[in-house]
Amino acid sequence: MVNYKERRLDRTFAALVDGTRRAILARLEREDSATVSELAQPFAIKLPAVMKHLDVLHDAGLITRTKAGRIVTVRLRPEPMREAMDWLQRYQRFWSGSLDRLAAYAERKDTEARKKP
Amino acid sequence: MTSLTLVRQIRARPSIVFEALTAPDGIAQWWGPDGGPVLLAETDVRIGGRYRVRFRRLDGTEHESAGEYLELVESKRLVMSWQWISGGVPEEVGEVSRIEIDLKPIDGGTEMTFTHARLKTEDSRASHEQGWSGALDKLERHFSTERIAYDRLGKSQTGSTNLHAKRGQ
Repeated sequence: MVNYKERRLDRTFAALVDGTRRAILARLEREDSATVSELAQPFAIKLPAVMKHLDVLHDAGLITRTKAGRIVTVRLRPEPMREAMDWLQRYQRFWSGSLDRLAAYAERKDTEARKKP
Repeated sequence: MTSLTLVRQIRARPSIVFEALTAPDGIAQWWGPDGGPVLLAETDVRIGGRYRVRFRRLDGTEHESAGEYLELVESKRLVMSWQWISGGVPEEVGEVSRIEIDLKPIDGGTEMTFTHARLKTEDSRASHEQGWSGALDKLERHFSTERIAYDRLGKSQTGSTNLHAKRGQ
């Protein structure tokens, strides 16, 4: 279970490393759905290269593809990103609380040190 | 790979911030997410030395984290491993992550850059180093309910808070 989750998380982040893939995701967020050829249009790369990027996104569970005749429609699937965000947020809460108090404590100590002759 | 970076500007000298980060009586004043008490803090401040901190959350649960000092440059830099010994996040027991803290003297104090990175495999480390910071801007929009928390932190009196992915070196 844990390993499965870990692998999925690794795939999510590996998928997000690439700028073209992020651009595809950003567009799917704006437009709800798009066909493969629509997605390929803005990029200076060939259709097979776009298909490869879509494979990576699909393997990471970040998109769904539905085929109707010869047209493949792509949609965003944000759940895996949520998992990655959970990790970040858990530690963001933990450390921002801690570091706020650390800062306040160090500032008190600094003031005390300055007052000493 | 996932990593969290927080930046704080602190009105205290780097030497005092470093002391607060590493001395047990300093750690006891700040460690933990919600201001609950630190029950135990032990540090052996040398490379290869270990630290251990046990704390109680306001909900009454007790947690303990520990790790090893990997890099130490007095008043400048601190790198340590991080692991939950008990409590914490159950699915992360046994998982080791890495904390890097850099202190930079600025006018009137110290700028502290704090990074907690989740490291798993060589593969994931490679992707970590390539960076993916643009993705998080998008994620932030996606989960807009969480933005409230960021906004609040942004107004924190002790400095600025940034949540972003670490870029490649």
